[in-house]
Amino acid sequence: MRHCMSPLDFSVEELDELMGLAADIEKNQQKYSHACDGKRLATCFYEPSTRTRLSFESAMLRLGGQTLGFASADSSSAAKGESVSDTIRIISGYADICAMRHPKEGAPLVASLHSEIPVINAGDGGHAHPTQTLADLYTIKSLKGRLDHFTIGLCGDLKFGRTVHSLISALVRYEGVHFVLISPEELKLPSYIREDVLEKSGATYEETESLEKAMPDLDVLYMTRVQKERFFNEEDYVRLKDLYILDKNKMQLGRDDMIVMHPLPRVNEISVEVDDDPRAQYFTQAKKAVFIRMALILTLLGIQVDKNIPQPSTEEGGSKC
Amino acid sequence: MLNISGIHEGYVLDHIKAGMSMKIYDYLKLGELKDATVAMIMNAKSKKMGHKDIIKIECPLGSIDLDIIGYIDHNITVDVIKNDTIISKEKLSLPKMLKNVIRCKNPRCITSIEQELDQVFVLTDEKNEVYRCKYCEEAYSGK
Repeated sequence: MRHCMSPLDFSVEELDELMGLAADIEKNQQKYSHACDGKRLATCFYEPSTRTRLSFESAMLRLGGQTLGFASADSSSAAKGESVSDTIRIISGYADICAMRHPKEGAPLVASLHSEIPVINAGDGGHAHPTQTLADLYTIKSLKGRLDHFTIGLCGDLKFGRTVHSLISALVRYEGVHFVLISPEELKLPSYIREDVLEKSGATYEETESLEKAMPDLDVLYMTRVQKERFFNEEDYVRLKDLYILDKNKMQLGRDDMIVMHPLPRVNEISVEVDDDPRAQYFTQAKKAVFIRMALILTLLGIQVDKNIPQPSTEEGGSKC
Repeated sequence: MLNISGIHEGYVLDHIKAGMSMKIYDYLKLGELKDATVAMIMNAKSKKMGHKDIIKIECPLGSIDLDIIGYIDHNITVDVIKNDTIISKEKLSLPKMLKNVIRCKNPRCITSIEQELDQVFVLTDEKNEVYRCKYCEEAYSGK
């Protein structure tokens, strides 16, 4: 049985396959609409999340499966003090696969050690958020046509931003990716990512505090939110949250074929006026996340849909909903 | 000159950095060993080290975890003794994994709340002797 704890759980070849499957699902959605008939996804969310939970639920529903779960620790047995290992043993009897978000880092790994069903890490504290990374990789691959030989600017909270850490770890496995790390001194990429991941892999990178200076060189700009919940000190948060705001003026400095990504939710780091710019792809990114999660669910459940089966008609598939 | 007699069966840990022997006593949980006699020689003169600590443990062979000593300091030498003679000198290396030896200090780690969860650390960088928590991957910094 296989779990998904980190994007590095998959080899580059396996990731290619996963993204190929996601692309096929995106193109031929109807073909997969009964792939998970009779299967159940448990969404165990110990901390609030709109996007990730609904994205997982949407993915399972689109595959013809069903979902059950809870949306906060308060509405689960965790409030009574139940351990993660006990909870997953129970959930294993109720569902076929589980997506777990937990504020404590490593909780999904603990769950996977006691689970009888595949567990997907849907975000654990500041540690990892592998399906966000899979969505990021799939978006770049879909929109830029490749995952090698490009320059990516990562901007904002690079210290606590788990999506950034995971994305860097995943991208260093591809050739010729140049990283531009844009952040204030206080939110710089932690040394263990810089030294253990970037430098060890031989990837090239530069650090800067100026988004304006970095803009003209970027193929991809990945913006992040300064997250209030990662700070112990309110003063630091207030001081740092408005440092980078991407607006129309800054967008003018970027190339025509650059894309702007964001793991969402955004607060004010991307001005609403940027949304209409064709280079703004963060909503597309959220949409594509559903397809890669569908591909992941199918892969972990070991379900294969014959790619050569012709698509059923819309009427036939529509009756499921 | 202080004299401590030899041991019949057990271990002699030599070349311990002066002042470290109490820490090793705790790590090895020597206080919990039944039927063990422990002698600690602290701040002994050493040609190689200036000063050093030595621990002599009279106990059945196999009752202490030598891997932990490798984690604490792999320069420590371990003589294994049986029938009053040294039968081997153990070469220590950094263990690949540590279980319930050190605790994760990351307050966001699942080990801070999950009941009876083993504290597991994995050696991720042998050159710099970096151990990371298996669950949250935070590097251990309290050695």
